[in-house]
Amino acid sequence: MNETIGIIFIFVGIIFDFFGCLGLIRLPDVYNRLQASTKCVTLGTVSILFGLFLFNGFSSMGIKAFLCIGFIILTAPVSAHALAGAAHRSGVKLWVKSVCDKYAEDKKE
Amino acid sequence: MRSWVVLFIVVFVIWLGLSWPIDIQHILAGIIVSALVVYFMGDMFVGRVNILKRPSRYLWFLYYIPVFLWEWLKANIGVSYKVIHPFVPIKPGIVKVRTKLKKDISLTLLANSITLTGETLSVDIDKENGFIYVHWMDVASPDTDKATKTIVRKFEKILERIFE
Repeated sequence: MNETIGIIFIFVGIIFDFFGCLGLIRLPDVYNRLQASTKCVTLGTVSILFGLFLFNGFSSMGIKAFLCIGFIILTAPVSAHALAGAAHRSGVKLWVKSVCDKYAEDKKE
Repeated sequence: MRSWVVLFIVVFVIWLGLSWPIDIQHILAGIIVSALVVYFMGDMFVGRVNILKRPSRYLWFLYYIPVFLWEWLKANIGVSYKVIHPFVPIKPGIVKVRTKLKKDISLTLLANSITLTGETLSVDIDKENGFIYVHWMDVASPDTDKATKTIVRKFEKILERIFE
């Protein structure tokens, strides 16, 4: 039973990882690509690790997978935040059809 | 001193998880490594030990986890739909939202929650004035108050009760 649920979680994780990588190609600029890659790839990887945890139970491998879930949830958004801030500070433009840029307006003053 | 004890326990439990089949060798090595880590960076992580005492904070944290997971799943399905749509229907922009939170840890968790949920990505934090600059994939309105209502409110209410 646990193994079946684990396989379902791993399958869902692979699907979300695929959408994240597809977003990296299809979306127009750095910030949108960061969004797709951060959200979808984080959920995909966490789902794969959780499936691995269900698969192995409380063995040495399963507990390492479970700890990695916490590390990934805490670090992946922080790295996306740092990349987005650094990109904006070094002058990467938003997509031409973007609606507004309050950050650039506030920095000029 | 009490913050050193808390950090020691956290580091030691993580060590025990990483070297799971517990035996005496791993425990001894873990005590030495955790003591070294706590000695070098003892006062960097745990600032206020007193917030660990109130049990209502743990209950609000337990409530925060399912809310966060549900929002995260919804956001992922929305972004996946936008990615596989043939015309990529997005309307991006950077908006400014207001927050009442002041402490470092609650601001960090709020920015992380904003990044992982709801088609938004936090770009920068202005801590003195309490503003967060958020890249939004589908801008409903560039106005600060309306954006605050849609993006921040839901998590801010819970995080305020956990950490402030």
